[in-house]
Amino acid sequence: MRRLLNTLYVTLPDVYLACDGENVLIKVNDEIKFRVPVHNLEGIVCFGFAGASPRLMHLCCERGVAISFLSQYGKFMGRITGNVSGNVLLRRTQYRWSDDEIVTTRLSRRFIAAKIMNSRAVLHRVLRDHTEVVDNEALERALQLLARMPAKLEMAHHGDSIRGIEGEAAHLYFSNFNQLVLNQKEAFRMLGRNRRPPTDRVNALLSFLYTLLTHEVVAALESVGLDPQVGFLHRDRPGRPSLALDVMEELRPHFVDRLAVTLINRNQITAKGFVVKENGAVIMDDDTRKEVLTAWQKRKQEEITHPYLEEKIPLGLVPYVQAMLLARHMRGDLEDYPPFFWK
Amino acid sequence: MLSIDLEDDFLMLSGIQHIAFCERQWALIHIEQVWAENVRTVEGQHLHERTDDPFEDETRTTLRTVRAMPLISRKLGLRGIADVVEFHQEKELIEGKTCRLEGREGWWRPIPVEYKRGRPKKDDRDAVQLCAQAMALEEMMQVSIDTGFLFYAQTKHREKILLDETLRLHTVELASRMQQFFREGKTPKATKGKRCSQCSLVEECQPTWTLRHRPVKDYLARMCREEVDDSCDGF
Repeated sequence: MRRLLNTLYVTLPDVYLACDGENVLIKVNDEIKFRVPVHNLEGIVCFGFAGASPRLMHLCCERGVAISFLSQYGKFMGRITGNVSGNVLLRRTQYRWSDDEIVTTRLSRRFIAAKIMNSRAVLHRVLRDHTEVVDNEALERALQLLARMPAKLEMAHHGDSIRGIEGEAAHLYFSNFNQLVLNQKEAFRMLGRNRRPPTDRVNALLSFLYTLLTHEVVAALESVGLDPQVGFLHRDRPGRPSLALDVMEELRPHFVDRLAVTLINRNQITAKGFVVKENGAVIMDDDTRKEVLTAWQKRKQEEITHPYLEEKIPLGLVPYVQAMLLARHMRGDLEDYPPFFWK
Repeated sequence: MLSIDLEDDFLMLSGIQHIAFCERQWALIHIEQVWAENVRTVEGQHLHERTDDPFEDETRTTLRTVRAMPLISRKLGLRGIADVVEFHQEKELIEGKTCRLEGREGWWRPIPVEYKRGRPKKDDRDAVQLCAQAMALEEMMQVSIDTGFLFYAQTKHREKILLDETLRLHTVELASRMQQFFREGKTPKATKGKRCSQCSLVEECQPTWTLRHRPVKDYLARMCREEVDDSCDGF
């Protein structure tokens, strides 16, 4: 398996990115603060108004290192990448399949079954480890209901009914989400999942982490030559990375939800690190964002055993492996798509 | 053998060394378009720096050296660039072996020279590439060429290659395999081989995924079963 390289996150607004030969330079007021060889990088993600030199962009395009620009709150602005990579025949199959209801239904079931089982595993974990402090009855009921859903999915024959089951599962899961929070319970109480804008700290944290995950999945899909915008479960919407959202479904519980809960339970982030605007919108301050990014980077280094391949890989490679497995399924090497399960 | 007219249907001549090494490796590069940077490390572009300068041709009295000469063979359906083609001056016309050169006196015999970064290989993957170049040259200059040279940077040694019938047949056969795969748009599955250990695309190829195939159906059934495994990886 290929090595997991680093993503460089630039969070300071007055940074300028340049290059010197094969090295990426981080400059502040014309002074070099940091240098890193381009071949150690997977990608560069800039928050806010960091600048970058055209020569650096050239180097990164040549080496397949994408540079992404996000607003300081993590809203996606744009990306610079080299040539469209991969095989046009693969993308052609992807487009054909996305118009085929039988195939889209089957793949949608795979993404959602894994998402449901993975969110169930998150609830199961807290019930097992903290039996004495959680609402056993509510959790056991949720576990039972969630366990029945993969079978229900197999009976669903179009996108809408799959989305219906997914909605039901999400409601069950998020209505129990507050039970996962064991410390700072008052400050981090979630009132259902809400997004635009997030109106509580948990939602603000989740949204930010989901943004990071979306990035990783978009980059992974592009690197194997799939079109991140053409999905199976998520319908086309201009500007929406539908396929990335599809593949992300199975990764959300383990990659994001558990990390968010861990950060809260370990007091790595606190209520003070969030700003509540007059209209109720909640945003993270810079230090909290940095704390979250650092934890995210560390999390990606964690070794797991991939459930389908039964190989040890760093967690950060999972999006890439799933993209590869999906591409192989489309190219006829694999009879079906094996989603990522976490137990 | 097919004759190809459409510019775009010609395949890269340098790919013949990939298909001689492994059909799947060729398909990953030329059909799946696996990231070229990895491939470049295989080919050792650095060595080609001097030979690739098309303006550095030189002539001594009886030898003209032409670098980076574009080649095309309709018979093989391949196009590419020869590192070096040497033209050796002959005293007189040798029927079918020599040609005229624009603005130069006398008769000249073309000899392709392919530069390689490494050392000589056990198999004929370098020789078929040289042979394909020679066949393209023959087609373009209407001569027949008996020999070519492989130059190995690591051993600083020029190896003379006889372009005999066996080598030509193998070259034609590999070229038609390339055309067939490309037409069908298929990438062959991985087969077990010792060569995987010297392949720079082994990470993209992941031969073990194919060789140790696990049915997805069983995997899904196992993962969706209700009793959840109690393995612990720490919260």
